[in-house]
Amino acid sequence: MARFRPGDRVRVLPNVVDTHHRTPAYVKGRVGRVHALSGSFHDPEDRAYGGSGLPKRELYLVGFGMRSLWGRRYRGGQKDRLLVDIYEQWLEPAGQPIEGQVDDER
Amino acid sequence: MSADHGHGGGRRHPGLAEGLSLSEPALRLLAMEELLVEKGVIGGDDVRRVMDVIAARSPADGARVVARAWTDPAFKLRLLEDPRAALAEVGYPVASGAVLSVVENTEAVHHLVVCTLCSCYPTSLLGPPPDWYKSFAYRSRAVADPRGVMREFGLEVDEAVEVRVVDSAADLRYMVLPRRPEGTEGMAEEDLVALVTRDSLVGVGAPNPPAAES
Repeated sequence: MARFRPGDRVRVLPNVVDTHHRTPAYVKGRVGRVHALSGSFHDPEDRAYGGSGLPKRELYLVGFGMRSLWGRRYRGGQKDRLLVDIYEQWLEPAGQPIEGQVDDER
Repeated sequence: MSADHGHGGGRRHPGLAEGLSLSEPALRLLAMEELLVEKGVIGGDDVRRVMDVIAARSPADGARVVARAWTDPAFKLRLLEDPRAALAEVGYPVASGAVLSVVENTEAVHHLVVCTLCSCYPTSLLGPPPDWYKSFAYRSRAVADPRGVMREFGLEVDEAVEVRVVDSAADLRYMVLPRRPEGTEGMAEEDLVALVTRDSLVGVGAPNPPAAES
């Protein structure tokens, strides 16, 4: 059962690990929104070491505002986004944005 | 591995040119392949067979799928909703394991595909990726400065258009369905195929415009 749904605000765990995983460093600790459910797949973090990869893990296409990732250095439109597939074990609920604060998805 | 099996001497790896020196990663790869064969994990021919399957596909296959989608709205919907079924329908069965996703460029949204972690690419439909796709420069810059990268490829995306960079970091492989060029309304599907470039299937370029009337 998928824990998150499209539109949910999620934070990528900031964990630094030495083992094989598919979470790019540049989105770790960042807040985005679930764009779509990508399906469930054998866990690459287990399969990389000869495991079965079971149980399968949910994968999500998560969207981040380019401005929130790169700040003012980003050269492009306000709407520009990055979408990246992130496994459920790397996501936690981010709650609602605090009023008055810059929305960190954009 | 037996003592006379190393690359320093003894048996020579089939397919290696005389006097060719290999980089350390390439040597490591060959050593791993030989080890896997020796231990019976894969057959001696498996790697070559998989490479043949990949090499059998090319961007021309993607172009045919795109031209069909441009001329058949119902097919386009199926391609976006269930790429595997839609591709099988037009004679492109996608190997199991690879999950292909098709993202559509519109007036409002332009997609660009990258794999920052390695070089994931929809090889099951488009064949092997171009060398630049695997380069460190493309992989790092496409996510941080996509408009700058596209400009270098000769594509200027209007500021009002939302750029969506898709980082295929996990199990999905993304292909862009580019916008049909203006002035192609009367063109037949088979003529449209020639307008679809490999770059447009990754999102760093647009399809070619139709040839001017002579």
